[in-house]
Amino acid sequence: MGRYVARRLLQMIPVVIGTTFIIYALVWALPGDPFAGRCGARPCPAAYVADMTAKYNLDDPLPLAYIQYLGNLLRGDFGETFQGLSVGEELLRAYPTTVKLALVAIAFEIIIGIGAGILAGLRRGSFIDNLVLVSTLVVVSIPVFVIGSVLQLFLGMRWGIFPATVGGDASLYNLILPGFVLASLSLAYVARLTRTSLAENRRADYVRTAVAKGLPQRRVIGIHTMRNSLIPVVTFIGADFGALLGGAIVTEGIFNVPGVGNLIFRSITTRDGVMVTGAVTVLVLVFLLVNLLVDLIYGWLDPRISHG
Amino acid sequence: MATTQTGIAPLPDQTGATPLLEVEDLRVEFRTRDGVAKAVNGVSYTLHEGETLAVLGESGSGKSVTAQAIMGILDSPPGFVTGGAVRFRGQDLLALPDDERRAYRGRSISMIFQDALSALNPVFPVGWQIAEMFRVHEGMSKKDARNRAVELMEQVRIPAARERAGDYPHQFSGGMRQRIMIAMAIALDPDVLIADEPTTALDVTVQAQIMQLLADLQRERNMGLILITHDLGVVADVADKIEVMYSGRIMEQAPVHDIYATPAHPYTKGLLESIPRVDLKGQELSAIKGLPPNLTNIPAGCEFRPRCPYAREICKEQRPELTEVVPGRFSACHFAQEVLEGDIEPAQQ
Amino acid sequence: MADPTPPVIVEAEAPAATETTVRTLGRDAWHDLIRKPTFIVSGVLFVIFVTIAIVPGLFTSLSPTDCSLSLSRQGPSSAAWFGYDNNGCDVYTHTIYGARASIMVGVLTAVGVLLIGGIAGTVAGFYGRSTDTVVSRLGDIFFGIPLLLGALIVLVSFPGNAETPELVTISKVVLALAVLGWPQIMRITRSSVLQVRSADYVQAARALGAGGTRMILKHVVPNSIAPVIVVATIGIGGYIAAEATLSFLGVGLQPPVVSWGLAISRAQDYVRTSPHMLLFPASALSLCVLAFIMLGDAIRDALDPKLR
Repeated sequence: MGRYVARRLLQMIPVVIGTTFIIYALVWALPGDPFAGRCGARPCPAAYVADMTAKYNLDDPLPLAYIQYLGNLLRGDFGETFQGLSVGEELLRAYPTTVKLALVAIAFEIIIGIGAGILAGLRRGSFIDNLVLVSTLVVVSIPVFVIGSVLQLFLGMRWGIFPATVGGDASLYNLILPGFVLASLSLAYVARLTRTSLAENRRADYVRTAVAKGLPQRRVIGIHTMRNSLIPVVTFIGADFGALLGGAIVTEGIFNVPGVGNLIFRSITTRDGVMVTGAVTVLVLVFLLVNLLVDLIYGWLDPRISHG
Repeated sequence: MATTQTGIAPLPDQTGATPLLEVEDLRVEFRTRDGVAKAVNGVSYTLHEGETLAVLGESGSGKSVTAQAIMGILDSPPGFVTGGAVRFRGQDLLALPDDERRAYRGRSISMIFQDALSALNPVFPVGWQIAEMFRVHEGMSKKDARNRAVELMEQVRIPAARERAGDYPHQFSGGMRQRIMIAMAIALDPDVLIADEPTTALDVTVQAQIMQLLADLQRERNMGLILITHDLGVVADVADKIEVMYSGRIMEQAPVHDIYATPAHPYTKGLLESIPRVDLKGQELSAIKGLPPNLTNIPAGCEFRPRCPYAREICKEQRPELTEVVPGRFSACHFAQEVLEGDIEPAQQ
Repeated sequence: MADPTPPVIVEAEAPAATETTVRTLGRDAWHDLIRKPTFIVSGVLFVIFVTIAIVPGLFTSLSPTDCSLSLSRQGPSSAAWFGYDNNGCDVYTHTIYGARASIMVGVLTAVGVLLIGGIAGTVAGFYGRSTDTVVSRLGDIFFGIPLLLGALIVLVSFPGNAETPELVTISKVVLALAVLGWPQIMRITRSSVLQVRSADYVQAARALGAGGTRMILKHVVPNSIAPVIVVATIGIGGYIAAEATLSFLGVGLQPPVVSWGLAISRAQDYVRTSPHMLLFPASALSLCVLAFIMLGDAIRDALDPKLR
């Protein structure tokens, strides 16, 4: 187990380096003046350009500059944005909101997604089953920004049930609507996955054994069938949590949630390279670590998987 | 198709006492989108205490479906019991409501399956799965139930039972898994044990050990044992009585030694002739030609007719009933007597 | 082979038995498909959308440039069923003409992903060893970058303007999505090829001295392509949604290209007063995505007898 984790962590190193290098190269090494349009309408002051060039070794060849940047990262120095803000501090400020939003979304996936999946899976072919099938298909087909805009229009603006935007106050209540929108796609997948998994397992031989053992129906389904059926679902939700922690550019944008997604989007459009590379590095790390965690949980849920 | 034939009366009872288990004119069909498959078409048999009944047949002959109907574990839909009775000590199980019927499962009638790897739940330790029988049926405490589970694992001769009770099914060998399955099935001391192809998935040496274990347990506990198999070799030593099934019906029923010596049905005869025998080395092995009938469209007349070397004109029109040929022996063939006496020639090509 | 006919006196019946045995997997799948309502519905939608994309003129007599500012943001009426947008363009005409760019991006991206991912996956799966390791790690690197985020960075790094030819704008979006989307197809192809490679008939062909490329083209590809095609079909829907999202964020397609994503993006500012600007293009987009997802789903169900 310890060796498995160590091996996985080692395998992550090239991935992290590769990913950050690609982002770094895209942001810094493209043809043209990297400072064009970064200081408002006027060209950047020469002193500032010189300062930045020296700080990020922009005169060095790309791989060298990247290695030096990586060295700074390892020391925990994420650098400063063009406005002179510390990238590390900015990320720390935005992250709690993104985590909160991700948790709200996961809660929706668990409650509504698994709930609907169980209802549908237990009564295949029933009205509820068809309702779940059709509605999840519809939800999957509607892009998140459309769902977000429409829900914001009706629930937020027209009927005023939920606040239309979040702004500075990222309270749990304010995050309900964006959390639901963020969850919508995965929620549909979770419902379908639960349904399929449950329906498949209900026909499994060991379920027949459980019936033959004379166990009550509750126990056959609630313990024997459910425990197996939920393994892939839990794995999916875990992986999705990793993805959600990367921030939600669209949802955070629509509802003006001050999270990582918003921060990254702003930095990308203002071509603030230091911020973008720093944020993406953190994001990829989180994504990979959560995936490792999910694999460990998977091994724990399903004893047939061995991480020896 | 012709389903007008009347149910067969329960077979005469040698001892006169109420049989342990009595299946009477059982009918099961599967309603699929490709049509209705009549999997079991009027099966009757009886089982007494301490008796071993072998049910023999190819896959699709309805032998496993009959067992599932007895247990009440048919996949439904698509499977439905459409007629007949399953009486346990005189009580018709098919007439009971679900929750009352459940009380019989595991406690009075137990079942073990062919593939123990898929029949055991992969995510629970084997000890837990055995202990569940005591916890659910007898409300035993976790600790007591676990101790009883370990005792059972010892009884089915699993080495280091206490240490291995916490292991998961995939960590055992095939033979050991089948032992765990058996331990679970006999946990509550059932009166009837149904073993559905218990050794098919195992190596030959392990097969013999499992059969021996089953025979020993049956003797110790005086259980009625229903052994379902497609392998004539497996049953020869342990069974008292054999039912040969084909196309959802019983073709022949007889004490085990009689059937080996003198089969009274062409199908049984074909099965016996298809077993390789050391003493007949060098001779051509004869297989039964053709395939079993499509259960969604069983032809009129005798089900076995298309594959029967002795088929005559009458076989095409009339379905032979299971009738007594000589005392204690039953066969569903128009020419049962002739087959029994070896007094019939194959039909003209 | 010896005469399999049993020695019966008269041969007559059992027609049902022969019918079922003759059915092959391919015919079986087709037989299933044409009886499936989801396949029929999605197939019809697919044909309609493709027709609209190829010959939009069949569906509207107006051209997307027939706009009149005096009609700006007028709601639906008998003259214009879908109303007018902020520039006074007919929303219906724009919705019709928007199909082409959106579907083109979706289909071209799927083709690109199929090419890159398919070749990479086949090579990795077939040659194994170090080739496999390199390709798989490379896939991990690109897989670690979230699709939307990566595409955003790429597109911002290569900005375009109103003078950029339409085809260039579209290719940029296609490339951005394809470069980030290929690992998914690579992984599926790889595992599919691994399965086929170990199959007896491939081993046999190998033993008979069949060469690498020939083996791949003749045996491996035809037998492993089915699941890949299914995923790619479903993917088209996803890429159409991704294009719309990027355009919505302002970095995807640029005017004068007409696309659903752009229309929705424009509608965003007027959603409170002119919701028709949002609802009609959003519905067209969702319906189109739905068609592709349903089509892929139906084909998969038909090809995979296990899921029945």
